[in-house]
Amino acid sequence: MGVNFHSVFFHLMAVLASGFALAVVFSNNIVRMAFYLVASLGAVAGLFFLAGADFVAALQLMIYVGGTLVLLIFGVMLTARGPFADLKTSPAQWTVVGLVGGSLLAVLLYAASSASRWTASGKAASAPPDQVAPTSAPLGLALLGARVDKLDPKQNSASSRAGGMSGYLLPFEIVSVHLVVVLIGAAYLARARRRATPRPIAANSPPDDPSQSSSVS
Amino acid sequence: MADFFANWLPNWLALTLAALVHVTLILTLALTAAAAFTWAERKVAGRIQDRLGPTRVGGRFGWLQAVADGLKLVSKEDVVPKNADPLLFRAAPYVSFCASFCVYLAMPFANGWVAQPLDIAVFFILAVAGLEVLGVILGGYASGSKWSLFGAMREAAQVVSYEVPLALCAVIPVMVAGTMDLVAIGNMQSGWAWNWLIFHDPFLFATFFVYFTCAVASVNRAPFDLAEAESELVAGFLTEYSGFRWSVFFMAEYASMFAVSMLASILFLGGWNGPLPITVWLGLAPNPATGDAPHALLAYLGNFLGMVNLLTKATLGVLVMMWARWTLPRLRIDQVMTMCLKYCIPLAAAMFVGAMVYAYAFPAGLIFRVGGGG
Repeated sequence: MGVNFHSVFFHLMAVLASGFALAVVFSNNIVRMAFYLVASLGAVAGLFFLAGADFVAALQLMIYVGGTLVLLIFGVMLTARGPFADLKTSPAQWTVVGLVGGSLLAVLLYAASSASRWTASGKAASAPPDQVAPTSAPLGLALLGARVDKLDPKQNSASSRAGGMSGYLLPFEIVSVHLVVVLIGAAYLARARRRATPRPIAANSPPDDPSQSSSVS
Repeated sequence: MADFFANWLPNWLALTLAALVHVTLILTLALTAAAAFTWAERKVAGRIQDRLGPTRVGGRFGWLQAVADGLKLVSKEDVVPKNADPLLFRAAPYVSFCASFCVYLAMPFANGWVAQPLDIAVFFILAVAGLEVLGVILGGYASGSKWSLFGAMREAAQVVSYEVPLALCAVIPVMVAGTMDLVAIGNMQSGWAWNWLIFHDPFLFATFFVYFTCAVASVNRAPFDLAEAESELVAGFLTEYSGFRWSVFFMAEYASMFAVSMLASILFLGGWNGPLPITVWLGLAPNPATGDAPHALLAYLGNFLGMVNLLTKATLGVLVMMWARWTLPRLRIDQVMTMCLKYCIPLAAAMFVGAMVYAYAFPAGLIFRVGGGG
């Protein structure tokens, strides 16, 4: 009796991911939704680990699951008036969401079923990816502008190196600057508002007295 | 280990057995560590406060105190408050425990002794360790109590802030070592104590202390334990918990304390390599001069010594955390934030730049470094 653990865990993780995704949709409590979302995203991270993409899986855990944490906190802070807020969905919302989600699902299913690798042979596709042994080093180097995977080792001329060096440095920097702008904007919006005019210090001193409204007070 | 079993057994049985052995070993380690540290915590607290601590259970030194505590906690009634969200309230401790347990999956205990070798072990450990807070927030929210919610919110603010300097500090040794593979980082520091990354340059030396501060804060220990803050919030997120679920939260806390100390030992303090290259002298580790590998049995013994070495270092780290807990007063929430945003993050960033410049200027590390070890 042989068990293909790769298939077993793939199906387990896939069922977990889809099941918790459905639970997100059909739950009414926002914190439970966030919890199911975390579980679903964690199962997707498990799928990535199974595919041998450790780096993407850890990124999934750090960014999406960690990000959902912040979402959870905002959900609690912004929505909960009582102890446990119930979110009711109106029929109109169900219709719109069903249309948008259904069409997206149709597109995804069509794209997935038209991928030739999957339909060719089930056995070959579900074999464990033993031959996959890339590290995250080429990815990191590509973010720094060095596409080592595109370098031609045979010719070492300047032109081939310039061709290989066109990595993802510019998009990476643009995204970084964008994130910094967002951070500064958020800090600006959230800062404590100061009064435009200084408050009078005491009742018996006039507010426009220069000695009182100086920075010493 | 799966290959080892596959010599005699069919492949699927070998994989299952190997997985079971790994998980059992790690779980035993995490639970034993939690039990030992509860006892140590009470002893250390007692000594620091000029008391004796536990003395009766188990004869001398009260060394069976953890068992007695465990029995007491298990026999307590499992209470779920009327206002609580029962599902999340029940699930929250296990979420915390799973997160802090999964950290050990990628943690090497000696050269090659790791449940799942990963290229990106440091990143994986940081990502998973950050998930422990999820259980705390869920538990705090689902308790339906204001104390718990306050505790959870504080914990969220604190952990989300301290993840940034913690990750920055972990990146610096990774940058110097040039890999995120913890086994490779540990093997890089073999030989004498000055091969340890903490002595690589002055910036890494300073980084170690910033890392340790942030690690204490990120595992929610005093003086950063604002989420429990018993003087103001009763017990914070733990207010409504009792019995077994309460103890699961504490097992998670002790397991992650041990995990961050172990990560610190591997990243900065030489991992499984002692201050003296004793395993090389005894022929238990590969000789760096000749490259001769020892016999398999001797290598096993060397790895065992290395594991003892690493666990000792990590335990010392946890004892320092206890010492800090019973010595320093708890910080206010604004002081905690100031500590993170005004001191830890700028320090970590400066050390990052400094270590980068140093590694570029002196690629061989400290000037008096003796090459090769042994």
